[in-house]
Amino acid sequence: MVNRVVVGAGYGLKDWIAQRATAVVMAVYTLILLATLGALGPSGFEAWRSIFSNGFMQFMTFLFFISLFWHVWIGVRDILMDYIWNDGLRLVLMIAVVAALVGYAGWAAKILWRL
Amino acid sequence: MATRTMQFKIYRYDPDKDNAPYMQDFSIEIDETDRKLLDVLTKLKAQDDTLSYRRSCREGICGSDAMNINGKNGLACLTEIKDLKQPVVLRPLPGLPVIRDLIVDMTQFFKQYHSIKPYLINNTPPPERERLQSPEDREELNGLYECILCACCSTSCPSFWWNPDKFVGPAGLLNAYRFIADTRDEATNERLDNLEDPYRLFRCHTIMNCVDVCPKGLNPTKAIGKIKEMMVRRAI
Repeated sequence: MVNRVVVGAGYGLKDWIAQRATAVVMAVYTLILLATLGALGPSGFEAWRSIFSNGFMQFMTFLFFISLFWHVWIGVRDILMDYIWNDGLRLVLMIAVVAALVGYAGWAAKILWRL
Repeated sequence: MATRTMQFKIYRYDPDKDNAPYMQDFSIEIDETDRKLLDVLTKLKAQDDTLSYRRSCREGICGSDAMNINGKNGLACLTEIKDLKQPVVLRPLPGLPVIRDLIVDMTQFFKQYHSIKPYLINNTPPPERERLQSPEDREELNGLYECILCACCSTSCPSFWWNPDKFVGPAGLLNAYRFIADTRDEATNERLDNLEDPYRLFRCHTIMNCVDVCPKGLNPTKAIGKIKEMMVRRAI
């Protein structure tokens, strides 16, 4: 294979939109969380548990984590694309990041639905 | 006539003679009539004719004398010397290979510019007279067609420093939008396809260094935003 510069992967827009959409989800969640904590002022484990065992809060919190991990993926991939110039190493690191984030998402779900 | 002395620190590099680039101090008497940095460079060149830089029109139209002036890219011919802090530090445009002193190799920059097909694409037979635009449609081209390709913006952009071979850069993208926005152009879809790429367009993270340095007061970030907006409208 000749070592020519190749560009034109033909993606990027979806990630650009997703980065913004996930940021909005996280901002909205932050407001909901602050309002909830402000209104209830939980003290102690049981009070905190009852907030997050509520179905709506569970859904929103899980949505927040999914948004966070998706947002992180786009951001970290951008950093890897800018600074890791070896294609093989970049691919390995990208796979490692995806693996870690998918694992975190599963872990987050496990914690939330155990409450 | 009153004269005063100005101090300069100028990047020197002659690959035929020097092992490495170095900064040379210059001191020069300037007259009241010397107003722009290029006036002083002309005097410095008379004092030391090995000092090399590009220049042509001396009025901000050709874009030849772009350089890094006290840490910020600009055109020597448009830079007032009275506003400059001394010693004035002059370096070549950052991120491009240096040919000699303040002269850089612009090949990469123009390669990116050519990659966006900077010409009108319209395959319908031309009318008897010119292809007309409404004044409103023509209005959209203002702030785009004025680009003189001096490379001040692209060489102040970290994304272009990291990926000059893959990222089109602010100058190229501003010109891409100039043709995307042109109602007489028929290749809008192909142009958007050409840019929908994680490197070519989406390396722009809107830090706006380009807007900060443009000697013509143009706004590449806004043009890039409009390209993204058109892509979004096309996709949803």
